[in-house]
Amino acid sequence: MKSPLAWHRLWAIVLKEFVQMRRDRITFAMMVGIPVMQLILFGFAINTDPKRLPTVVFNASPSAYTRSFVASMENSGYFDVLTSPATVAKAREAMAIGDVQFIVSIPPDFSRQLVRGEKPALLLEADASDPAATGNAISALNSLNQSALQHDLKGLLATLGTPPPPFEIRVQRNYNPEGITQYNIVPGLMGTILTMTLIMMTGMAITRELERGTMENLLAFPVHPLEVMIGKILPYIMVGYIQVAVILIAAYFLFSVPIVGSLTLLLACVLIFLAANLTVGMMFSTIAKSQLQAMQMTFFFFLPSLLLSGFMFPFRGMPVWAQFIGEGLPLTHFLRIVRGIMLKGNGWTETWPNVWPMLVFMVVVMLIGFKRYRKTLD
Amino acid sequence: MSSESAIDVHGLSKSFGDKHVVNDLNLQVGKGEIFGFLGPNGSGKTTVIRMLCGLLTPDAGSGTCLGFDVLSQSAEIKKQVGYMTQRFSFYEDLSIRENLDFVARLYDMPNRKQTVQAGMEDLGLMDRADQLAGTLSGGWKQRLALAACMLHRPRLLLLDEPTAGVDPKARRDFWDEIHRLAEQGISVLVSTHYMDEAARCHRLAYIAYGHLLASGTPEALIAQSGLASFSVKDNSSALAERLRKLPGVQQVVAMGNVYSVSGQDGELIKAGLAGLPDVQFERTDTGLEQVFIQLMENVQDAAP
Repeated sequence: MKSPLAWHRLWAIVLKEFVQMRRDRITFAMMVGIPVMQLILFGFAINTDPKRLPTVVFNASPSAYTRSFVASMENSGYFDVLTSPATVAKAREAMAIGDVQFIVSIPPDFSRQLVRGEKPALLLEADASDPAATGNAISALNSLNQSALQHDLKGLLATLGTPPPPFEIRVQRNYNPEGITQYNIVPGLMGTILTMTLIMMTGMAITRELERGTMENLLAFPVHPLEVMIGKILPYIMVGYIQVAVILIAAYFLFSVPIVGSLTLLLACVLIFLAANLTVGMMFSTIAKSQLQAMQMTFFFFLPSLLLSGFMFPFRGMPVWAQFIGEGLPLTHFLRIVRGIMLKGNGWTETWPNVWPMLVFMVVVMLIGFKRYRKTLD
Repeated sequence: MSSESAIDVHGLSKSFGDKHVVNDLNLQVGKGEIFGFLGPNGSGKTTVIRMLCGLLTPDAGSGTCLGFDVLSQSAEIKKQVGYMTQRFSFYEDLSIRENLDFVARLYDMPNRKQTVQAGMEDLGLMDRADQLAGTLSGGWKQRLALAACMLHRPRLLLLDEPTAGVDPKARRDFWDEIHRLAEQGISVLVSTHYMDEAARCHRLAYIAYGHLLASGTPEALIAQSGLASFSVKDNSSALAERLRKLPGVQQVVAMGNVYSVSGQDGELIKAGLAGLPDVQFERTDTGLEQVFIQLMENVQDAAP
C-alpha cells in the first residue's frame, strides 16, 4: 500500500485553486487591496493618546496665576480651550451631547486664597464615559499644578510652590520612547488583517465546492482529504505573504515603523501564523453548510481575536479567565511576536514561547477539520 | 476476484433518517455490458450509484465492484471507475482543458497533455477547449463530463442520467460513444428516463421505492409483462374515454390520431375493440414504456 498522500494530487488541487483564484479577480483584488486600505485607514486613524480635547474654562478669578495655569493647560497639548458656551449650565449640556470633554471651574476667590497659601481647589469636570479618551489628559493636568506656576510664584510666594520631592523618578520608555501609537497599531494590524481575510477565504473553500455541487465529483476522485485540505491551504499561504509584504512595506515607508529584529525570523513566524489561521478557516469550511455560514463563523472567531488578543485593549488589563481565552488565540501570540521582533528586536529565544502555542493550536484545529471532512456524502 | 462481473452486489440497503431509500437490492452487471437503470424520480437510482462508487456507505449489504469490496475498498474502486454525476459538477470557472487537466493530474496520467488532447478530440471538444465550462450549453457540459470521467480509462462507467436535457442528436452521439466503449470491454451502468435509451441497453433493471421490481433484457422484460398492445385509429376525440372503459384495458395513450391500448388480457381487449363501431385497430408490439408504467402502477396498487 502506497502512502495515502501523493504530490501529483496535491499539486492538482493547488493548481486548480490558483486558476480559480485568478478567475475571481474581484476577490483577489480584495485580498491585496483590503490590507492596504485598512492599514492606511486604521494606521492613520487610530490614536490611543488623544490630544486637543475640547475644554471650557470658567475663570471666576482672573489673575496672572490663573491665566498662566490655563495657558499651561493649552501648552500641554491635551486641552483645546473653547470660548463658548458662556455658562456652566450650557457647558454641561454640551458635555452631555459630547461637544465638550472637560469643564474647568476656577472659583472667585481662587487667586486670593492661592496667594494666602490656603491651597485652594479648582474643579475639573471630565466626560469620563470613555476612560481611554480622558485618562492621559487628566494625568497631564495633575502634574500641571506642580509646574504651571513656577514662574509666577517668585520671591516671597516661592514657598507656595511645590517643594522638590525627596527623590526623583526617571522614566525610560523602551522600544517606543515617543509613545507613537502607530508603532503598536501597525504591526498589530498585520495580524488582524491576516486573521480576517485568510479565515474567510479558506472558510469558503470547501463550502464553495459543496454549494456548487463540485464536491460530489471531488469525492468520487481518488483524492485524500488531507490532499484537498493542504492543496487548498497552500495557495492562500502565498496570498498571505503578499499581504504581509504589502503591510510591511507600508509600515516601513508610510508609518516609519522600525524593523529592529530579523526580517527572516519575522517571515518564518508569519508562516506559522498563516498556517494556523488557514486551518481554522478550513475547519470552519468542513462544518459550515454554506458560504454564508462560513462567513458567520469567521466573525464569530474574529471578534474575540480582535478584542481579547491585546490588539485593541491591553492584554494585562483583562481578568485571568479572559487572558486564558486570549492565550488560546493565535493572534495573541502573533501580536507579541510581531511587536517583539519589529520593535524590540527579539530573537529566536524570546520568540519561541509564542511560537509553540500557535503550532499546538494549528495541529489541534487541523485534526478537528480532518475528522470533520466528509469522505462521503452521507 | 471474479473477472466476469463488473458489479456484483447483494442486499444493498440505505436509509436517510427513517426514510428507506434502497431496500435489499441485488445487482449484477457483466463485463462489457451496458446496464440500464430505470425507475421513477426518487426511486433510489442515484443512491445506488453513489454507494457503488463509495460516495455513500451502505447500511447493509455486501458485494464487489470491479472485484473490489464496496464497503472496504472504495479508494481502489474510485481509481478505476468513471462516475458522471447527474448534476454537472465540474468547475464552471475552469475551461474545458483546465478541467480535464485537473482530472488527469489527479489520476496521475502519463503523457498528461496528450491524454487531455486525445480526450477532447474523441468528444469533439477541441473547438471549445479554452471556453469556460460555465458558459457551455447543456449538451457540451455533458460531453465534457463524459470526457472527464473516461480520461483515466476506467473499467466501469457509472452514468447518472447523463443525457437529461440533451438534444436528440447529442443523445444519439452519446449512446454511440457508450456502445463503442462497451465493445472495448468497458462496463456501463447508466440511469435514464428515456425509453429509447433503455432499448439500447443490453440489460435493464427497474427500481421503485428502493426495490428492484424487474430486471433482464428489454425483450425479456416485455415478454414477462404479458402485455398485449393494440394501435387504434379513429377521428373521434371522445374515443380515449370509451377505450379506457373497455374490459381488460389497462393503459390508453394518445399519440396524435392513434391510440395505443394495452392490457394483460389481449383476447378480452380484442373483443372489446371489435365491439366499437367505426374503429380500426391492429395488434402492435408492446414498448418498454408500457411495461414500466405497468410495473409502476402495480407497485402503487400494492403500496398501502
